[in-house]
Amino acid sequence: MNIRHAKTFLFGALALSFLVSLGANYFNSYWLFISYDIGINIILAVSLNLINGYTGQFSLGHAGFMAVGAYTAAVITNQFGELNTFLSGTVFLGALLAGGVLAAVAGLLVGIPTLRLRGDYLAIVTLGFGEIIRVVLQNMNAVGGARGLSVMHGWTNFFWAFSFAAVTVYVVTALVHSTYGRGFIAVRDDEVTASAMGINPTKYKVTAFVIGAFFAGIAGGLYAHSKQFLTPGGFGFMQSISFVVMVILGGMGNTIGVIIAAVLLTLLPEFLRPVAEYRMIIYSLLLIVLMLTRPQGLFSFKKSPAK
Amino acid sequence: MSALLQLDKTTVRFGGLTAVSELDLSIGRSELIGLIGPNGAGKTTVFNLITGVYQPTGGAITFDGQSAANRQPQEIARRGIARTFQNIRLFASMSVFDNVRTAARLHCPRGVRNALWRGSSFRYGEKQIADEVMALLEIFQLGRFRDAEATGLSYGDQRRLEIVRALATKPKLLLLDEPAAGMNATEKTDLMRLIQFIKDKFQISVLLVEHDMQVVMGICERIAVLDYGVKIAEGAPAEIRANPKVVEAYLGN
Amino acid sequence: MSEFFQQLINGFAFGSILALIALGYTMVYGILRFINFAHGDVFMLGAFAGFYLAPKVATVFPIPSITGGLAVMAISMAICAAIGIVIEKLAYRPLRKRPKLTVLITAIGVSLLIEYTCQNSHVFGASPKSFPTLIPAYPIKLGALSLNSNQLVVLGVTLALLAALRFIVLKTKIGMAMRALAFNPEAAALMGINTDVVISFTFGLGSALAAAAGILFAVNYPSIDPLMGILPGLKAFVAAVLGGIGNLPGAALGGIIIGVTETFVAGYISSTYRDAIAFGILILILLIKPSGLLGKKEIEKV
Repeated sequence: MNIRHAKTFLFGALALSFLVSLGANYFNSYWLFISYDIGINIILAVSLNLINGYTGQFSLGHAGFMAVGAYTAAVITNQFGELNTFLSGTVFLGALLAGGVLAAVAGLLVGIPTLRLRGDYLAIVTLGFGEIIRVVLQNMNAVGGARGLSVMHGWTNFFWAFSFAAVTVYVVTALVHSTYGRGFIAVRDDEVTASAMGINPTKYKVTAFVIGAFFAGIAGGLYAHSKQFLTPGGFGFMQSISFVVMVILGGMGNTIGVIIAAVLLTLLPEFLRPVAEYRMIIYSLLLIVLMLTRPQGLFSFKKSPAK
Repeated sequence: MSALLQLDKTTVRFGGLTAVSELDLSIGRSELIGLIGPNGAGKTTVFNLITGVYQPTGGAITFDGQSAANRQPQEIARRGIARTFQNIRLFASMSVFDNVRTAARLHCPRGVRNALWRGSSFRYGEKQIADEVMALLEIFQLGRFRDAEATGLSYGDQRRLEIVRALATKPKLLLLDEPAAGMNATEKTDLMRLIQFIKDKFQISVLLVEHDMQVVMGICERIAVLDYGVKIAEGAPAEIRANPKVVEAYLGN
Repeated sequence: MSEFFQQLINGFAFGSILALIALGYTMVYGILRFINFAHGDVFMLGAFAGFYLAPKVATVFPIPSITGGLAVMAISMAICAAIGIVIEKLAYRPLRKRPKLTVLITAIGVSLLIEYTCQNSHVFGASPKSFPTLIPAYPIKLGALSLNSNQLVVLGVTLALLAALRFIVLKTKIGMAMRALAFNPEAAALMGINTDVVISFTFGLGSALAAAAGILFAVNYPSIDPLMGILPGLKAFVAAVLGGIGNLPGAALGGIIIGVTETFVAGYISSTYRDAIAFGILILILLIKPSGLLGKKEIEKV
């Protein structure tokens, strides 16, 4: 996806999101909540795509960053949400951003030690970090521990979810499709050669982790204010794997494909409702078949890089 | 005049194996030096040493007056040493243009904020780089392939592209690792002309590792010979050709 | 003080189970350089195999009894060895030339498939089942220590299996082929070694050990469910990395270390942080000595 007028796209998407949200009350509320999930999953998938797809760092701990953002935002709005109904938008934005920043810090903490690790090791370590975050949250009674945390304000709506989705898509795409951004792909394709061309692989990997984690944190905050109840168990590596599946299905490093995959995989449970008991079996079977037959993703039209 | 690159008694050891032993090598400005030796002599190791992929276990490396030992490869690249690889290592998922563009960034680095804000500074910088890249590609007749997948090019074109990419980093010293591998006679002659053209036009020094004697003898001003990590001879092509130690190293006893 | 030794024995018992699983991980990684994510689920399948086999075996050997228990374990191991070989053939072998990431994701898919299929009400069902007593259990008092004979069974069987593995790897032809393959796959193939057979054998061997671990685990903690393999599997992988991935004694050592550490932390500090210990150890070892305690440094050739 080559954006020539990237900022035009961004403002257009924000405006569109605002317009649609005006009419949101006329939509069926069940599907409305599903649409929030779509927006949130787009943020998660596109941000993970920066780490996994474009930079080639196989991260299996994305749900951990989401958890950090979710709990942070929830705690803030639970504390300060009552202040002033006129300021609720500002408080919400502040809470989301705070969640994103803390998640970004977590991304920094994860990124730095994992820098020199190869694909499979990196996967396990990131999975480990995700699990550590989950266990820590489970033991933090201040945020409800294993019993969960109630989120008082269900402030997530169409505008918030899709505006942030638009911002995420803009940031990732604008970043990658610049000369600077080619560095991410160079690190993925051939780290040694990239460094021989003056690229600092460490910096790019950490940057990818931090930016990816930031948006995962935002998505977490939006999620918290949609579901209005958080448990540490809901942010385990099963969640992380589901985001990874979106990235793989869409094609690693293919933003449009990943967006479509996020939409499809959010809607899939709805369509598989009649066979709900077999849903996860079908899901995992699909994953295996996909890897055996079309590992570059369903929507990727480029040759997968040979390694 | 001080040398551009100076290796003083440089040694590289991997556990019990000494890959390079007390190597003295000196490359001046605008010199074309050849590095030859039988397979396994340590030539690529020397390249890896100079570019910071391996760290020396002994001795010193000086480049342009500063120590170049124990530096990260990207730092070495920034200081002005570029290289190509024995097995062509292009960025497989990028186009021809992007391969060069990635390297061209080295001397006009703009970061995250710039790419996100996309203001006039960004647009100016991108255009500058694009112009530089296209100019470079045109010089080497690769301009028409700019949007093609880098790995889709013919073998000879890929080798040229790798050299172009290295040149995009505006190096003072260019390391070429067996650029003539797999080429036929005509391509080799073209390559010889290309290397001399590069040296003259861009005013850079070239260190060439090569097995093909025609190429080495044809263009190198000076040749160093490695065998089992030790330099066994150094001199002008004619001297090397006549040196019995060199003959012995290649043909055995 | 007796509490200390009590916990130590507990730790060793749990650690032995982890060690058996870890061996499978390390063998496969040593040869194929890939993490078999589905390995932990073979551990689970071993336990369930035992569950369903016990009544059938009881018609031949008495259950509970030593012969009965060993028979169940042996058959379980055979079944899981076959399962491991089938998984390799269907899901991993076609991807041998592909990038490692593709195989890794496939392995995750296989793991999920096994877990969710087993959770299905038509298969095992999601709710925990009570594992039958395979071997008669006696409390043993050694001074101030009160142990259970089951723990000693775990230690004993593990030692026996480790000895058998050592014999296979060091003294048999196929063991030598495994070591050759781990050292240099291309050269091994050129020497006339049938890589496919050796790889299948390795998967079978690892899976058999995982099955044994499953039975031993179920003997000591008799509640089994389809997701029981996830955490032990991850911890066993950490154990393999801790010991030096690709290194067999290392895997066993790693398993013991993690088992003992986890038991002590759970006993003396806090049991709620139990599951995070293994990951904490993983991060530490990857920061300090990524090649593992007994592993060798790998240098990337440019």
